[in-house]
Amino acid sequence: MNDSTAVNTPAAPAPDVVEIDKLWSVFHSAGRDAVVHQDLDLRIVDGEFMSIVGGSGSGKTVLLRQMLGLEKPARGRVTVLGKPAAQLGAEGAASRVGMLFQHGALYSAFTVLENIAFALRELGTLPSKLVREVAMVKLQMVGLEPAQAHKMPSDLSGGMVKRVALARALVMDPPLLLLDEPTAGLDPDSADGFVALLRSLHQELGLTVVMVTHDLDTLFELSTRIAVVAEKRIIACGTPLQVMAHDHPFIHDFFLGARGQRAAAVLRQAPHNE
Amino acid sequence: MSPHAPRIERDAQAALRLLGDWSAARLAEPGTWAQIQAGLAFAAPAQALALSWDLRDLQRLDHTGAQVLWNAWGREWPGQLLIEPAQRAMLARVAQYALPEPVARRSNAWQLFLALGATVWLVIDHLKDATQLLGQLLLDVLTLLRAPTKGPWRDVSGHVFRIGATALPITALLGFLIGVVLAYLMSLQLRQFGADSFIVNILGMSVIRELGPMLAAILIAGRSGSTITAQIGVMRVTEELDAMRVMGIPQGFRLVLPRAIAMALAMPLLAVWTSLAALFGGMLAADLTMGVTPAYFFAALPRAVEISNLTLAVGKSAVFGLLIGLIGCHYGLRIKPNTESLGQGTTASVVTSIAMVILVDAAFALVFKDVGL
Repeated sequence: MNDSTAVNTPAAPAPDVVEIDKLWSVFHSAGRDAVVHQDLDLRIVDGEFMSIVGGSGSGKTVLLRQMLGLEKPARGRVTVLGKPAAQLGAEGAASRVGMLFQHGALYSAFTVLENIAFALRELGTLPSKLVREVAMVKLQMVGLEPAQAHKMPSDLSGGMVKRVALARALVMDPPLLLLDEPTAGLDPDSADGFVALLRSLHQELGLTVVMVTHDLDTLFELSTRIAVVAEKRIIACGTPLQVMAHDHPFIHDFFLGARGQRAAAVLRQAPHNE
Repeated sequence: MSPHAPRIERDAQAALRLLGDWSAARLAEPGTWAQIQAGLAFAAPAQALALSWDLRDLQRLDHTGAQVLWNAWGREWPGQLLIEPAQRAMLARVAQYALPEPVARRSNAWQLFLALGATVWLVIDHLKDATQLLGQLLLDVLTLLRAPTKGPWRDVSGHVFRIGATALPITALLGFLIGVVLAYLMSLQLRQFGADSFIVNILGMSVIRELGPMLAAILIAGRSGSTITAQIGVMRVTEELDAMRVMGIPQGFRLVLPRAIAMALAMPLLAVWTSLAALFGGMLAADLTMGVTPAYFFAALPRAVEISNLTLAVGKSAVFGLLIGLIGCHYGLRIKPNTESLGQGTTASVVTSIAMVILVDAAFALVFKDVGL
């Protein structure tokens, strides 16, 4: 961890699920390079619910894409589950990392059940009856009715799309789940339902979750730790209360505005985030 | 065998011990599934339930592994089960949700009959939409004539450039090659009759009246018809069409009209250009194979092909262009916001345009059979 973090590392040294060392993310465009991350360090340990927050354009989603191996580090190292992130995309990737894309990214040519079963079916060795049964279990685990199984993605509401995408990300029970703005574009009711679902899955399945979000309610409801991206690096990383106590103009604006105060009330009521 | 491979050990006292990593990724490894299946092969679920199952040494059990076990037990808990609490929770979750998959609607004769009806309605819907599109285009043309300065001329010129100017190299190349091949093949036949000089008549007539316009039209249907459909289709997917409607910008006037005008303008020019390239190729081939000189070719061509043929070719090319443009827009506007629909619409647009071009060409041949022949 770098100097800006004020975290007491947990007593039992759990293995790090994600290790990011001195990461540089650079985008080359005609004539000039845009540096998004500069010497960024981040550790994500087993079983935690880590939220990454930051202003618009601060490179939160790029950081997520780096963990998925979708972007290449210009300098530095991104290690996920003990391997370089670039090797994640190999066969069977779905059993290592699940990703919930912001807009779901469901395959529009497939039904709901086919979408969920896709990664498992593509392995080509398990009988298709078993694959469908596994997908049906996942479908119901995310709170969908069995009757939705044969619908097409275009017939689903925004909240249902997210649930199907979550079931698809979890079909091979990966230990690591990445979420990009999981509650963006959902109405408050669906968002609350989805947050409850994410919390129960995190607890029941013992997942390590990394979430990028703008939504302060979601942030405080779920996170066990928060990392703040600003000035091209992680300026603070720790439990919600530790991060909020950190003295930085961005953190002041982000957490201690009226919205932040309202949302942070949950921390005082529910001590489970401590 | 790797220590992670899922496996089953069976000892004498009718006890089964499960070992390894019972996860989706491990179970799906080549060869593993057959072994597991052999280990779990029981005559009846009752037989499986009578055994003692020991899951405590499992390295990992995920939902897929739990589903495999649950199925082997015939969806009941076995009498003797040694298990960790977390594994029990996993199995309980699978047990709770292991419902039979809802049956997808199967097709019977009645549904086939309904599907036929749906097809008929679809055709009627297409015709209705096409009529509407054509009517709207006529109204838009009237609007344009009333206030020509307010027309979308910048769009028109952009489309003429993209549809026409950028297609010049490829149409020239194809026309040239077709001309060479035609002249060469015909020269072999004509030489048998000593009718070498008739190459000018045959080539001139076929290329100017039929091949040039057809070739250009088919090429442009594939090249620009598909572009038009895909452009408008993506605008549907990204809700740009809805945004236009909300701003009160008429889609027909801003999207369909410029494309139709540009097509109707560019197509005749491309047809003439293609014909020129084909004649040039034919002229070269005739010179090389039969010694019909370019000078003779130039002198004989006006005598062999009446100028009305050229007028006809230009006229029907404009109609082809209009057709391709309208069909492209028609399918583009019907696209639904998903990838499948986009692909189907683009294909349907190209196939329909080419079929319509050939149909309309046949109609032209019938109607104008006394002109220029």
